[in-house]
Amino acid sequence: MITLIQTSTVGSGGAASIEFTGIPQEAKDLLLLLSLRNSVDSSSGTLAFNTGGSYTRMRFFGNGSTEDSDTSAIDIQANTSVSTANTFSNTEVCVRNYSDAQAKHYSVNSVNENNATLAIQAFIAGRWSETAAITSLELTPTSGDFVEHSTASLYSIS
Amino acid sequence: MSETPVKIVVDLSKPKGQRESIIELTSAELTEREEMRIESEATQAAQDKAEKATAAKKLSGRNKLLDLGLTEAEVTALVG
Repeated sequence: MITLIQTSTVGSGGAASIEFTGIPQEAKDLLLLLSLRNSVDSSSGTLAFNTGGSYTRMRFFGNGSTEDSDTSAIDIQANTSVSTANTFSNTEVCVRNYSDAQAKHYSVNSVNENNATLAIQAFIAGRWSETAAITSLELTPTSGDFVEHSTASLYSIS
Repeated sequence: MSETPVKIVVDLSKPKGQRESIIELTSAELTEREEMRIESEATQAAQDKAEKATAAKKLSGRNKLLDLGLTEAEVTALVG
């Protein structure tokens, strides 16, 4: 069963980050759905568990004209200030067994919406090496702010 | 709009309706944010430079094949 824990919607002033703390530990998995737009021409952002730890990943990345893959820190994609007006990205993050005392595995499907050639898709399979239960999640744009009407919804799966 | 950037903190240990707080960034967080911005711009510039270099090499290679006498269709069939 999937249960909405909380949705956070960015207000008119924008937000430098969105953080969920005190995550309940009763469920099996976490699902994070994001609809984001950045205030500057930069699409990347980061997602951190418990604001620390070590991440490894494989990412398949395309931007409408080239494709790439790599292994580095977890990231998410947001629409940017030059994306088609009033459009937002779509991102889904699944974290398995987030309460277990072992490394956590996650997947990310993240796409931009843009009526142009440049529209990014990033698909990630990753691992967070810490064994502590995940009690917080923090989303941060690499530069700029998340603009008004951006949303982050956290669900539990049991 | 606030002068100082803010963050949204959603404390799920609190009852619904009392969870969300809008908090101004501390000076340390502002410094970290500026460092991330500078690093991001440097990374983007390096990626742009690499992409331009790759595009130039593709064009150069294509022109060399055409100079060897291959037709446009043959070059496209070979390298796309």
